[in-house]
Amino acid sequence: MTAIAVEAPARRLGQLKQTGAAGILSAAVVAVATVAAVVGPLIAPYNTTVPDTTLAFVGPTGGHLLGFDFEGRDVLSRLLAGAQSSMVGPLAVVAISLAIGIALAVTSAWRRGATDAAVSAALDIMFAFPGILLAVLATTVFGPGLVAASVALGIAYVPYVARVLRGAALKERSQPYVAALEVQGLSGPAICLRHIVPNMRSLIVAQATIMFGWAMVDLAAISFLGLGVQAPAPNWGVMISENAVGVMQGYPLPTLAAGACVVIVVIAFNVLGERLLERAALA
Amino acid sequence: MTRRKFLLRRLVMLVCSLIVASFVIFASMYLAPGSALSALAGGRALPASSVATLDKQYHLNQPFFAQYWYWVTNALHGNLGTSIEWRENVSTLMGGLVWTTAGLVLYASLIICVLGIGLGILAGLRPGLLDTSTLVATAITAALPSFVAAMVLITVFAVQLNWFPALGNGAGFADDVRHLTLPAIALALSSLAIVARITRAAVRDETGREHVQTAISRGIPYRLIVRRHILRNAAIPITTITGITIASLIAVDAVVETAFSINGLGAFLVKAAQDKDLAVVQGISLVLVTAFVVVNLIVDLLYAALDPRVSLGTAAT
Repeated sequence: MTAIAVEAPARRLGQLKQTGAAGILSAAVVAVATVAAVVGPLIAPYNTTVPDTTLAFVGPTGGHLLGFDFEGRDVLSRLLAGAQSSMVGPLAVVAISLAIGIALAVTSAWRRGATDAAVSAALDIMFAFPGILLAVLATTVFGPGLVAASVALGIAYVPYVARVLRGAALKERSQPYVAALEVQGLSGPAICLRHIVPNMRSLIVAQATIMFGWAMVDLAAISFLGLGVQAPAPNWGVMISENAVGVMQGYPLPTLAAGACVVIVVIAFNVLGERLLERAALA
Repeated sequence: MTRRKFLLRRLVMLVCSLIVASFVIFASMYLAPGSALSALAGGRALPASSVATLDKQYHLNQPFFAQYWYWVTNALHGNLGTSIEWRENVSTLMGGLVWTTAGLVLYASLIICVLGIGLGILAGLRPGLLDTSTLVATAITAALPSFVAAMVLITVFAVQLNWFPALGNGAGFADDVRHLTLPAIALALSSLAIVARITRAAVRDETGREHVQTAISRGIPYRLIVRRHILRNAAIPITTITGITIASLIAVDAVVETAFSINGLGAFLVKAAQDKDLAVVQGISLVLVTAFVVVNLIVDLLYAALDPRVSLGTAAT
């Protein structure tokens, strides 16, 4: 314990330095992407769905910074408008998996014993179902779309969230203040909701940030496969696949621009999540 | 926990995982809006004779769990139902595709093992330019989704340089390898980066250990130290991460096959999902989940073999 106490200030300094450029840049990217998701469809300078085949795969010109896509629509406008569906989906995935994951983690940490063993075994079994496969199954049954895919991914991510949070909840459970609250006669659910969960918030936020990145990749993949957001609605995953014909013809700009949006936002969420995780571990 | 107990526990978990996964796959047809019959038909209007065939095949007039039982026992005998789109047995349809997919995943796994671990060991043992460039390159590729990697690879190596074919399967072994090279790289890329980073960190950690430093100062040949002390201990985290990432390839495979128009299980799964051909989706999902679970089991067994602490139970939590 003493070793950690001595180490902490030095690590904190190093961490502050690290947060510098990469952290600030990542936060800025996340902020821009969030703003685009909220107002993107409103500020897109050109119509995003009406095709004009005479302009198909025309390169960048003044006023059209990223040129036109396979149906002659302005790529930049579609990227801006597509930010919404590309960001809302991951948000739903994170919300679903956090809600179920926190409930499972806190319940099993509170009850311990048989409940904990049962929940842990159930989580191990849930690991057997890769997220993308579950989403494909769900979209087959319920029809393609963001809702079925997001719910399926949200469920598939539960074991990852619950495992990490269970460890933290167990640690919190054994803190003296919890025993003190129990002696004061506060009920189990109240202690969990009002004290244990709020005390885990930095870890929860960090975990949510990292998962947002995963969810964005998986949902973009689902839309890329034609099972998520349906064309002609603008979406980054959809844009990568619908313009793939341009890649073959030697005009990859629309596809790569949409791909770059996914990659940049995902890296930003990853870096930010890692930083938050480090901070949560120090706190 | 003795080793035998650990093995037994893992086997029980494997069977439970497969039962639950197969149950989810089967029950999906009852979650659909409408009847199980309409879910199987995928919204198509079926003639009475087809309805009778489906009724008989799925024992739709029997209780739910009896139907599941029939379905699972049929699947174990290799009968995965009939495709509504192709009017053909699902197992027959899958037959030839399995090898393409297995080949692709194996090819990608090979790339991950050779390049990922190799690069990680080199970077870990030699701090300097190689190390720094590996770190930067892997930081970027680790976040590169397979479908973006596919598009970049096609642009550069198929369209611009014309080194590899962009799409489709090959004819014959050599041509197959040529056709599967870019897909295998796209599939492997992000996992390769993660494996390289973890390997580098593990090797660096072990190199800094006291017993390794002592061995160096005692003048024991460097080669011997690397093999006996550094790599042997670093093998535990390396095996774990390599196994986990290779297992995850099975899920991502569908995306890569679709991106490169490869005629394999994954692309067929996606096509079937678009066609609402539930029997095919169920069959392929079952096969892929089984493969995923079995690979994960193998990783756990390797891990236990490498690290005696696991079977003693200290690292089990």
